[in-house]
Amino acid sequence: MTVLEKQTALPGAPGGEQHRGHRRRVRRLSGWSFVRVLFMLALVVVFATPLLWMINNSLRTEAAIAADPLGLAGPRLELDNYAVAGEAVAPFFLNSVKLAVLNVVGVLLIGALAGYAFARMQFPGKGVLFAVVLATAIVPGIVYLIPQYALFQQLGWIDTHLPLWVPRVLTPVFATFLLRQAFLGLPRELEDAARIDGAGTLQIFFRVMIPQVKPALAAVGIFTFIESWNDLFGPLIFLNSTSLQTLPVALALFRGEFFTTVSTLMAASTLTVAPVLVVYLFAQRYIVEGITSSGVKG
Amino acid sequence: MSVLTEPTASAVARPERRRQRRRAALQGWAFVAPLVIGIAVFQAYPLLVSLWASFHSWDGFTTPTWIGLDNFTAMPADELLVNSVKITLLFTLGSIPLTVVLALLLAVLCNRGGRISSSFFRTAYFTPYVTSIVAISLVFTQFFAPEGVINQVLGLVGIDGPEWLADSTFALVAVIVVAVWQGVGYPMVILLSGLQAIPKELYEAADVDGASPPARFFRITLPLLTPQLFFVLITQFILSFQIFGVVFVMTSGGPGNATSVFIYYVFQNAFSFGQLGYASAMAWAMFLFIVALTVIQLRLQKKWVFYA
Repeated sequence: MTVLEKQTALPGAPGGEQHRGHRRRVRRLSGWSFVRVLFMLALVVVFATPLLWMINNSLRTEAAIAADPLGLAGPRLELDNYAVAGEAVAPFFLNSVKLAVLNVVGVLLIGALAGYAFARMQFPGKGVLFAVVLATAIVPGIVYLIPQYALFQQLGWIDTHLPLWVPRVLTPVFATFLLRQAFLGLPRELEDAARIDGAGTLQIFFRVMIPQVKPALAAVGIFTFIESWNDLFGPLIFLNSTSLQTLPVALALFRGEFFTTVSTLMAASTLTVAPVLVVYLFAQRYIVEGITSSGVKG
Repeated sequence: MSVLTEPTASAVARPERRRQRRRAALQGWAFVAPLVIGIAVFQAYPLLVSLWASFHSWDGFTTPTWIGLDNFTAMPADELLVNSVKITLLFTLGSIPLTVVLALLLAVLCNRGGRISSSFFRTAYFTPYVTSIVAISLVFTQFFAPEGVINQVLGLVGIDGPEWLADSTFALVAVIVVAVWQGVGYPMVILLSGLQAIPKELYEAADVDGASPPARFFRITLPLLTPQLFFVLITQFILSFQIFGVVFVMTSGGPGNATSVFIYYVFQNAFSFGQLGYASAMAWAMFLFIVALTVIQLRLQKKWVFYA
């Protein structure tokens, strides 16, 4: 860089002037970029404050919160709140984990099968079917929920966990779309080579194709996990028994019953958010890739 | 020799090929079968039941009775419904411009700078999007308390803050703030991917021509970002009409009915008031409205969306 600048600066006055102008602009830009980074950090504070406040107050006593609502003094590592909240939250936590596992495994399997079929197999009705799959994305959830309630009543599914995973697993619209894109991006030679070696369709699918789309599978898995964990409507409408409730909905419904203090409520909220946050921070790359490829190509 | 064998070979190959094609079709259908069953049972059938229910008076227990278009004609006279539509439109009017402008700002900021810093900021701004709306709303309920964090901070600069969630005007403002704070990450990532796809040569050419930063933004960045902006607008409209979680946890539609948004009112009719027919009619009305709005937006896109 410096060598280049020296070289351009060497030949006479006009080049020198250009060079000086260039340097001035570089310095001004770096001043701007300092302001920009400061501004971006200020925005990080805005976006992080509610979550930090939640974690901070989950580690303080009720008296400390009342005396200093902003919590600038920082946490006191008051783990009693977590003892209280953890005991109340544990059964709901397990319900949420169970449903998340069922949903992730199911959506990945059914979504990958359908995505592969739409990307690589020839069968009559394929185009129409794919259009139908995409069209379902525009229907507001509330339109389905009311008749689904009647349907599950007839099936005897109300107040069981079935309505919270069977429909989601069998209608993996986003997963189908995303995995179709991923399979479309693979070279055909992969399958052809395996077929010449005498592999059947299922073998090719599980042994050859699935390992090639791991990033897309990760994106789908993470999205499904988050969606299943944070689901509000489903548990709210289809469950009656307290013992079956999921963590976020239990938090919304029974907050007055179980968590009478701000500190325990914030501990319970932290426990509700923690699994998703951990998964997100470790796998955020896949989330971004997932959103980007589901959006529009410019 | 070849003259002799070729016809027989193709005579054998034709049924063989047909059998192969049939096998491939069967395999294809087997692969999509779970999805087809799922869409038929849990989406298509409910959609039809919902349409059927919207022409009936139905409490979910007794036999529904056919009432024709009564559910639909009753809507304009339902003051609570009209109120909920107004509030939903106010929410949309407040949240969409804020979300889109903020998402654009964040995306432009993240697009500058190195890969590591850019990914750090993107991660930070996107975090609220993945967190449970219940937990978030509980935290913000504390923030918007009369003596809560927001009013404490406002007090530091000499502003006497309102009683947010207990105030019929400011409760909706609070709902908008939480919704924007939580929802801005998704459009930001979409817009950022659009920004990253803009060829660097265009900016270099603009530099050579001595274009000012605003000219670069309005003449290069914004036009080339219109496909992503269009996608963001469509999805934001669909999402903001369906706002529910924040209202359910933070305000329960109150104070009075000041934050009783449309979906909250439909939800109450269906699962609290036992008006499944009427609720279905309202849900269908919203569905048709969203379809109409999306079609209009698709038509209008020719006027402003720039496809390179």
